[in-house]
Amino acid sequence: MKGLRKYIDTIKPKFQKGGRFEKLESTFEAFESFLFVPKKVTLSGSHIRDSVDLKRTMIVVVVALMPALLFGMWNVGYQFHKAMGISVSILADFWFGFQAVLPIIVVSYVTGLAIEFISAQIRHHEVNEGFLVTGMLIPLIMPVNIPLWIVAVGTAFAVIFVKEVFGGTGMNIFNPALVARAFIFFAYPSEISGDSPWIFGFADSLKGVDGITGATALSYAASGQMESIPSLSDLFFGLIPGSIGETSKLAIVLGALILIFTGIGSFRIMISTIAGGVFMTLIFNLIGANAYMQIDPLTQLMMGGFLFGAVFMATDPVTASQTPSGKIVYGFLIGVFAILIRVFNPAYPEGMMLSILLMNTFAPLIDHVVVQNNIRKRLKRLPKINTNVEPK
Amino acid sequence: MQVKKIKKGLDIPLKGKASQVTRALTQPTDYIAIKPADFINVLPQLIVNPGEHIKAGAPLFRNKYDENIVFTSPVSGVVMEPIRGDKRLILEISVKPDTEIIYEDFGQHDVSSMKAEEIRSSLIKSGLWTFIRQRPYDLIPATDSSPRDIYISTFDTAPLAPDYNYLLKDKMNSFQAGIDALAKLTAGKVKLGLDACIVDNIFSSVKNAQLLYFHGPHPAGNVGVHIHHTCPINKGETIWHLNPQDVAMIGKMLTEGIYDARRTIAVTGPEANNPSYREIIIGSNLKNTIADHTTTQGHIRIISGNALTGSTVKPDGFLGYYHHQLTIITEGDYYEFIGWATPGLRKFSNSRVFFSWLFPGRKYDFDTNYHGGHRPLVMSGQYEKVFPFTILPVFLIKSIITQDIEKMENLGIYEVAPEDFALCDYVCTSKTEVQKIVREGLEMLRKEMS
Repeated sequence: MKGLRKYIDTIKPKFQKGGRFEKLESTFEAFESFLFVPKKVTLSGSHIRDSVDLKRTMIVVVVALMPALLFGMWNVGYQFHKAMGISVSILADFWFGFQAVLPIIVVSYVTGLAIEFISAQIRHHEVNEGFLVTGMLIPLIMPVNIPLWIVAVGTAFAVIFVKEVFGGTGMNIFNPALVARAFIFFAYPSEISGDSPWIFGFADSLKGVDGITGATALSYAASGQMESIPSLSDLFFGLIPGSIGETSKLAIVLGALILIFTGIGSFRIMISTIAGGVFMTLIFNLIGANAYMQIDPLTQLMMGGFLFGAVFMATDPVTASQTPSGKIVYGFLIGVFAILIRVFNPAYPEGMMLSILLMNTFAPLIDHVVVQNNIRKRLKRLPKINTNVEPK
Repeated sequence: MQVKKIKKGLDIPLKGKASQVTRALTQPTDYIAIKPADFINVLPQLIVNPGEHIKAGAPLFRNKYDENIVFTSPVSGVVMEPIRGDKRLILEISVKPDTEIIYEDFGQHDVSSMKAEEIRSSLIKSGLWTFIRQRPYDLIPATDSSPRDIYISTFDTAPLAPDYNYLLKDKMNSFQAGIDALAKLTAGKVKLGLDACIVDNIFSSVKNAQLLYFHGPHPAGNVGVHIHHTCPINKGETIWHLNPQDVAMIGKMLTEGIYDARRTIAVTGPEANNPSYREIIIGSNLKNTIADHTTTQGHIRIISGNALTGSTVKPDGFLGYYHHQLTIITEGDYYEFIGWATPGLRKFSNSRVFFSWLFPGRKYDFDTNYHGGHRPLVMSGQYEKVFPFTILPVFLIKSIITQDIEKMENLGIYEVAPEDFALCDYVCTSKTEVQKIVREGLEMLRKEMS
C-alpha cells in the first residue's frame, strides 16, 4: 500500500488550492479518505478518540440492510418465476432478481453521489458519508418495475431539495429516502401503486399470463379482500410481492439486531414504533367497524413497509427526535399514525411512509417539550436547595 | 453505607497502569516553572525581579485581575527572566532551585483552634489558595468568596489515573488537618467522594466531612458528578473543589508552617517504560522524568494529566499546576489503508462496530489519531451513554455554539466543567471538540456575568 500512498501524495498538490484540478478538491479528498484514514492527530480536547467514524457507522447500516437486499433480489426472481408458473433453482431466482435490481441501485448511487460531490465542492466541505445509506435505502423501498429515470428524478429531488438546501448531511429535516419515495408516489402514482409495479415485467413479459395478480397485502386490505391477504408465515418470510427490501420481515429483524447490537440504531424508536402500531390496531379491533379494523396486530405489523420503516427509516438519527424520552414518543406516534392512515385512507395504502414524514416534522417539537421539561425541573429545585443550607 | 450508583460512563481500557512503587525525589531538575496558561482568568504580574533569590513559599507573581491571588515559588532559588510569547505575554515564570531548599515560615498552628479568617489569610499568603478551584467556571475563587460546600473527590476514574489511597496512605494526618481547615471556610460542608469498591478505604475514617460513596465507570470519580448527584449547583451558588494531595499540602502548611511542594505523580501510558509513581516538585521540568520512562525518542506524545483532559507538553516541558499524572502515548500521524473497513480486532470502541467486542477486558494502545474526519453531528444518543448528568448534552452544546446565554443557564451549564464532557469528546462519531465548546461557553458566561 506504500506505493499507492506515495502516488496519492504526489498527485495531491494538483487537487489543492491553486492546483490544476482544484475544482475537484472535495472529490479527491473523498477518494483519499476512502482509501486511507487521514493521519490527523488530536490538537485540543481529548487526546484519544474512539475508533468509530461516520464511514464505519454508515457501512454498518449498509451491512444491516444486506439481508433485506439479498432476500429482495431473490424474491424478485421468485415472484417472476412463480407468476410464469415455472420453478427454477434458488440461484437462478437470485440471479434474475440481481439483474433486475442492480440497475436501480446503480442509478440511485450515481445520481445521489454526483449531487453530493458537487455540493461538497461548492461549499468547500468534505464529502459526507450520509448518502451511502440513503443510496441503498431508496432502491429497497422501490417496486422492481420502477423506470430508472424516475428513480433518478426522485433521488435528485430528495438530495437537492431535502438535504443539500438544508445544509447537507446532519442538517436535513426529512428523511431523504422517504422523500424520494413520496415524491415518486405523488408525481408518478401509477408507477408505485396499484397491482402492476410489484412483479418484474408485470406489464410486458407477463402480460397475458392467466391468473396472476401483483397485488400486495396492503392493496388487498385496502380493497376489503381480507381473505386474499397472504398467510402470516408468507408475510413473515417475505414470499409476497412488494417493494424490493420490505417483504421479508425475517431479513429486517436480522438487520434490526445488527443495528441494536452495534449500538447504531435506536432500540427505543424501534420498540416504541411497534408498540404504537399495536396500540392503534388494538383500538381499531375494539371498534371493529369494518374488516380493515378487525385485522389483528401481528398481521398489521407484517403487512407492507411497517417493519422496514420502523427499523431503518424511523431510526434515522438526523430526522428523529434526539432526546431519549422524545424518541419514545416519536416512535409511538409513528406507529399510531401509520396504522391510522392505512385504515382510514385506502388511497394511501402505505401509511408508514407518510407517518414517518409527518413525525419528522414534529420531532423538533417533541424535543422542544423534553428540553423545556428539563429546564423546568432545574428551575424547580432552586428554592428547595437554597433553604437547605444552614450556616454552622 | 449508602452508595450512589453511576450507570452511565465508560472506563477506557488504556494500557500502562502505574505499578505501586514510588521513586522518591532526587534533586529537582534544572529549574521549575509556573505557566499562567494552566489557569483561567489569570494575567501574571511579577512581584519579584529576575535574579533575586527567594525562599520556597515566597510570592512570585500575582494575578492582575484579582491582586489578592498570589502565586508562590515551590522551591527556593534564583528567579529567572520570564519566558514571553506574542505581545510579551508571559508563558513561563521559572526559578532555578537551590541544592538545599529553604522554606518560608508560615508558623505552626493547631488547626482546630484557628479562626476562619486566619486560615484564609494563611492560604492566601502561602499561595496555596491557588490550589482551590471553583465551580461554576472552573477557576481559582476570589479571595473574599465563600462557597456553598467544598467537594473533594478521593478517587479518579480517568484512564490510568493515580490511586489516592496509595498516594496519601502516609499523609493522612496532613489530609485531616487540611479538611479541618477547609471546613471552616464554608457555611456548608466538606464533602468527600469515595469509591465504594475499595475495601479499607483510608478516607473512610476522615472526620469533619460528609462521606459520599460512589460506584461506577468514569466519570464517577469526577467532582462534577459528585456535586450533581448530591446537591447540584444552581445559578448564584459556588462550590469549591480540591485534589486530595493538595488538601494534604494545605494541612502540612498550616501545621508545620512550610509550603512543601512535593507531589507524587503517576507516570503512565502504553509508551511509558516502567509505569510507576514518582515524587516531583510542582512545576518541575519533566526532562529527567521523561528520559527515565521512555526507551527511545520515538514518535510519542507526552501528556501532562490524563489522556482525556490533559495538555500536551514538550519533552523538556513542565508538569501542569493541577496535574497529578503523566501519560505517554504514540502520536497517531499515520495513514491507515481502508481503516473503516477492517474488522478492527485491535480497535476499541464504545459502540460494537468493531469486532474488538469479542475480547472484553482487553487493554489497548491508544494513539492520538482522530480515526476519521470532522463531520456535522449525525448520531444521537451517543453522549448520553457516557454523561451521567440530568443535563441534555447535545442541546447544551448547541446553545453554546449559538451563544444563547439564557439557554445555557437553563440547560445547566453552571453544574459542569469541560472535564465532565471529556468522554463526549472521546465517543463522538463526528469528532466534535465538545470540551473546547464547553470551555468557550463557560468563558462567555463568565464575561457576561462580571
